[in-house]
Amino acid sequence: MKRQLTLWLPLAIFIGLATSFVLGLRKPDDRLVPSHMIGITVPGFALPAIGTDISGLSAADLATGKPHLVNFFASWCVPCAAEAPQLQALAAQGAPILGIALRDRPADMRAFIARYGNPYRKIGMDPDSRVQINFGGSGVPETFVVDGKGVIRYQKIGPIADSEVGDLLAALKTAS
Amino acid sequence: MIAEAGLAALWLGAALCALQLVAAVLSLSARVERSRDTFDTAPGGTSLDFARDERGLSGLIRPVAVAQAVLTALAFACLIAVFITVDLSVKLVVENDGVGRPLMYRFSGTWGNHEGSMLMWVSILAVGGAAVALIERRLEERTLIATLGGQAVIGLGFYAFLLFASNPFARLDPAAPAGQGLNPLLEDPGLAFHPPTLYIGYVGLSIAFSFAIGALVTRDVRPAFARAMRPWVLGAWIFLTIGITAGSYWAYYELGWGGWWFWDPVENASLMPWLAATALLHSVTVLATRDGLRAWTVMLAVVAFSMSMIGTFLVRSGILTSVHAFAVDPRRGSFLLALLILYIGGALALFALRVGTVREGSRFDVVSREGALVINNLLLSVILGIVLIGTLYPLVVEAFGDKISVGPPYFNATAGPLALLLLIVMAAGPMMRWRREQLGIIARRLIVPALVLIVALVAVKALHPAIGLWPLLGLAVAAGVGLASLAPLWGRNLRRTPLHTWGMVIAHFGIAVALAGMASDSAFTQERLVAARVGETMAIGPYRVTLANIAPDFGPGWTALNATLAVKRGAGAAYELHPLARTYWTQGTQTSETAIQTVLDGQLYTVLGASAGEGRWQVRLWWKPFVTLIWAGGALVAIGGVLSLLGRLLRERRNELRKAEVWA
Amino acid sequence: MKAKNQRLTLALLAVAAVIGAALLAMSALKDQAAYFYTPGDAVRDHLPPDKAIRLGGMVPKGSIQHFPDGVTIRFLVTDGQATVPVRYSGIVPALFREGSGVVADGRFDASGLFMADQILAKHDERYMPPQVAGAMHKTKSLK
Repeated sequence: MKRQLTLWLPLAIFIGLATSFVLGLRKPDDRLVPSHMIGITVPGFALPAIGTDISGLSAADLATGKPHLVNFFASWCVPCAAEAPQLQALAAQGAPILGIALRDRPADMRAFIARYGNPYRKIGMDPDSRVQINFGGSGVPETFVVDGKGVIRYQKIGPIADSEVGDLLAALKTAS
Repeated sequence: MIAEAGLAALWLGAALCALQLVAAVLSLSARVERSRDTFDTAPGGTSLDFARDERGLSGLIRPVAVAQAVLTALAFACLIAVFITVDLSVKLVVENDGVGRPLMYRFSGTWGNHEGSMLMWVSILAVGGAAVALIERRLEERTLIATLGGQAVIGLGFYAFLLFASNPFARLDPAAPAGQGLNPLLEDPGLAFHPPTLYIGYVGLSIAFSFAIGALVTRDVRPAFARAMRPWVLGAWIFLTIGITAGSYWAYYELGWGGWWFWDPVENASLMPWLAATALLHSVTVLATRDGLRAWTVMLAVVAFSMSMIGTFLVRSGILTSVHAFAVDPRRGSFLLALLILYIGGALALFALRVGTVREGSRFDVVSREGALVINNLLLSVILGIVLIGTLYPLVVEAFGDKISVGPPYFNATAGPLALLLLIVMAAGPMMRWRREQLGIIARRLIVPALVLIVALVAVKALHPAIGLWPLLGLAVAAGVGLASLAPLWGRNLRRTPLHTWGMVIAHFGIAVALAGMASDSAFTQERLVAARVGETMAIGPYRVTLANIAPDFGPGWTALNATLAVKRGAGAAYELHPLARTYWTQGTQTSETAIQTVLDGQLYTVLGASAGEGRWQVRLWWKPFVTLIWAGGALVAIGGVLSLLGRLLRERRNELRKAEVWA
Repeated sequence: MKAKNQRLTLALLAVAAVIGAALLAMSALKDQAAYFYTPGDAVRDHLPPDKAIRLGGMVPKGSIQHFPDGVTIRFLVTDGQATVPVRYSGIVPALFREGSGVVADGRFDASGLFMADQILAKHDERYMPPQVAGAMHKTKSLK
């Protein structure tokens, strides 16, 4: 009988392991670097535009009394292209989206929005990631909800999935 | 068009895989029914039908396995073709390929991404299964059928994963104007061929796993089964050894830190299957030669494949290294996890249910070759457990809301001493006879190596009084064990020594060589970090290094500072080394390209840093005596494995021929 | 006595090995596992000098000083609760800068100065396809 029980021991150990895997998979966001800036006002900045038709972005554009989505992206970033349809969907539902292009060149950025559409009201060029660091961001793509006073309320790391469009709209709503 | 053909081939392959499973299950259950019939004389209606069809079904299984491999390999060939021709209407190509890239990287780009690498996994799996179906004639037919059935179960899971969660042939509509290209950082021959090497190792272990499942299903755990399994384990182990050795060298020259092993989760993910495979390799020998360790060998085969699956899962799901693993589709992690739970959980449950009914194998003395191999297995398992605990501990702790990280101090403090102990067992084991050995004889045989060990210990300590305890022990043990590992050749006619004995000796010697390299690196490495002006000379080890020039340089996607270091050793001729500090302008990343000079007694390792102001440049130099022995040892281990495999295969071939002669 | 006892010996050996390993792993984990510290943890736990740890936090603006030797820097690391000084000699990763996160491997000396052997950049602006992230993670998370 004892021997029978020990034979099940490997399975029991494995079940323990598998449980920790399941728990680990279920909350992956924890291991991403969260912004230290949630609840903090974005420091002042002013970023140039890619041309005359789409205006650049400055901290004043955030403190308008209404919440905004701020999306960090880049033309060299594949997942940014992958989240483009979700951003379009957000824009179509009235979400005001401001873009910050990281380490990018105006010509590349133009090609990118020509190809994947332009959901942005304004796009600022952040060639040396200064503003990204000020937001406490950690990579691209990354999307922040900033309330009407310029205070960061929510951070979404990585590309926006279809299922997360609703979350962002809700976060926008609670921020207003 | 090629992409559609590939996808069709993949679907057909999956269908055949399902057919393989059905055929295996039906023909096995038919046989069970029929054997019951002969006892009970109460045939059930349906089972009779199967019994009638039995020959057809079991005859079907080998050709199906082969056809499945052909189709899946065809699908993989289609993907390669799509990558080489840069078909920009295929999504995967757009994301990972580019027109202007060298042919080699277009080729290796095929598996340098998630979907392609999974397709490669399945192809290797199917080809392995076909090889079993074609070659294997020693096993009892039922066990073979059960093995191929097990292989089909594993295959089906991965087919489903590919077809439903990561279709490599998905089209992009409209087609893209240009490919994104791989990160230029990844255009490195080491990275191009490292993953396939590990995958072949993993898949080889999956075949060993299927053999174990087959043997459990039919309760046929006997030496014939071990002999059938052994070449697969050995082959897998050779590839894992090569993969780990090459991966370690890659990290060494690419990172520019002078280190060669960092104990991080991805490295551990490749080390754990190797440890399990090493243990399995030795226990399968006991089973093949002495019919001992039956249950243990089956267990190890399950554990070895579990470690490959867990390794793949940890890397692919980003569960441990996810700080920046963007765009990891959570579905993928879940899918892999589901497969892992299904296969490993199922196998362990089958083990618990069945292994109690496997008859006990033959017995042996504690002091005997079997005994030494058991201790080897215990130590390897303990090291494996320690690495596994250290790798997963942060994950477990995090489930309770705490954050912790386990670093090199843990692994070095625990695995290090055990590994030294393991090496001593490795030296003594091959000197023992099977079944029973007298302690006195072994002690006498160990006298010379032990003396060498002590002499080395004293000599090294006398020459380098400041040496640390572990490097000192490492060097001494390497000397003693290196000598002892050659002992099986002692007094033998070297020409008549079987190839697999040569293999064992060379592999064991390689381990000692690698240990010597590790100990020498940690004991004698000299390092200098200097902010140097052009024209300034630095002394390191036996070298004098002059910073002769700093010039701008550029290449595809990067600009760089290129340092010219004039290196002179003693009175020898001067030569130049060119470490680079690169900036990739497409992504704004900076990397250091090391420049390494390899000589017989070590390596000079140079890195260029940033400007230090006032016209000075940061230069980092290492003199690493005998560090190359680490990878030379790894290569010897792999060569030993190859010789051993060849020896076994040739001997079997000879035996078959002899048998044929007797019959003729 | 023979066969049965030998089997027993082996079984006992196995059990002893497993228990030994578990004890070894536990004690080592207890000593070494809390390898990652923030400055607040480090100050609160009164870390003994010369214990190898990994320190993580933010580098406050204006805290980086360059030494005249051209390869040594001194900077502060803070997590909002405590601030500790760090000294490092070596090649600094490109992503290391003021106002950003940092992770450093090293040990405290007796005076409470953290002597870093290695600096790892915590943040990474580079997109890395996840499939190669596995193989590349070192360059990725450490460089």
